[in-house]
Amino acid sequence: MSVKLNYACEGGNFDVAGEASAKIKKTLQRIGIPADVVRRIAIGTYEAEMNVIIHAGGGNVCAEVFPDKTIITVSDEGPGIPDIKQALQEGWSTAPDYVRQMGFGAGMGLPNMVKCSDDIDIQSTVGKGTNIVMTFKHKSEDL
Amino acid sequence: MKLKEVAEALNLKLVTKDLSEDALYVDVEGGYVSDLLSNAMGQAQAGMLWVTMQGHQNVAAVASLIGLAGVIVAGDAPVAEETLHKASVNDVAVFTTPLSAYDVVGKLYTMGVVNED
Repeated sequence: MSVKLNYACEGGNFDVAGEASAKIKKTLQRIGIPADVVRRIAIGTYEAEMNVIIHAGGGNVCAEVFPDKTIITVSDEGPGIPDIKQALQEGWSTAPDYVRQMGFGAGMGLPNMVKCSDDIDIQSTVGKGTNIVMTFKHKSEDL
Repeated sequence: MKLKEVAEALNLKLVTKDLSEDALYVDVEGGYVSDLLSNAMGQAQAGMLWVTMQGHQNVAAVASLIGLAGVIVAGDAPVAEETLHKASVNDVAVFTTPLSAYDVVGKLYTMGVVNED
């Protein structure tokens, strides 16, 4: 049994940036997921959502909440990532200047997703898009 | 220390248009300084004050997402109208000050707003 939430995010629209992550966070809090787990999920989801908004011209953020874990799937039909290994390096970014001026594009997004999640799978094809699946176990780190 | 006490001591200007009274009475549990959003999001903890030069709306979104006590936009950096709106919707206290980030943090430490190990 699981709860499924699905949100579309519009590329380049910073007015609504982060709203999918915020809604998912609120739902997880309401369900009673431990605060530190909610924090990890919120950060990982926000980073992925921002990448879609910055790089992909739009996509989807989906959360599937199971009793023991939450799976976040973020997909887009954007330009794709040519070299995932390189993109995972802290500090590596292809973000345009206007995005960097806002304090994004410091090459911390993907590393943050890796740090926050218990498992991450990144599939990307240049010219077709990117699909990221992050798994977060609900076991609190304090336990 | 309550957020309201910090704001008064540093003479901060509250710019969030519509903020609940409760939001000013949260306990400030330390602080973080960064102009990089991913860095602030990954490192700042719930209940902290975030000192930054960024005044765009994503600052309010990040502060809300990780449950910060508030945001201090230092050095008289401009705060966008959209930020004020987003801060109101999310009940995030956003302050401005002519003080530099360095001076804000110095004063916070002097007041006893320090990060626990």
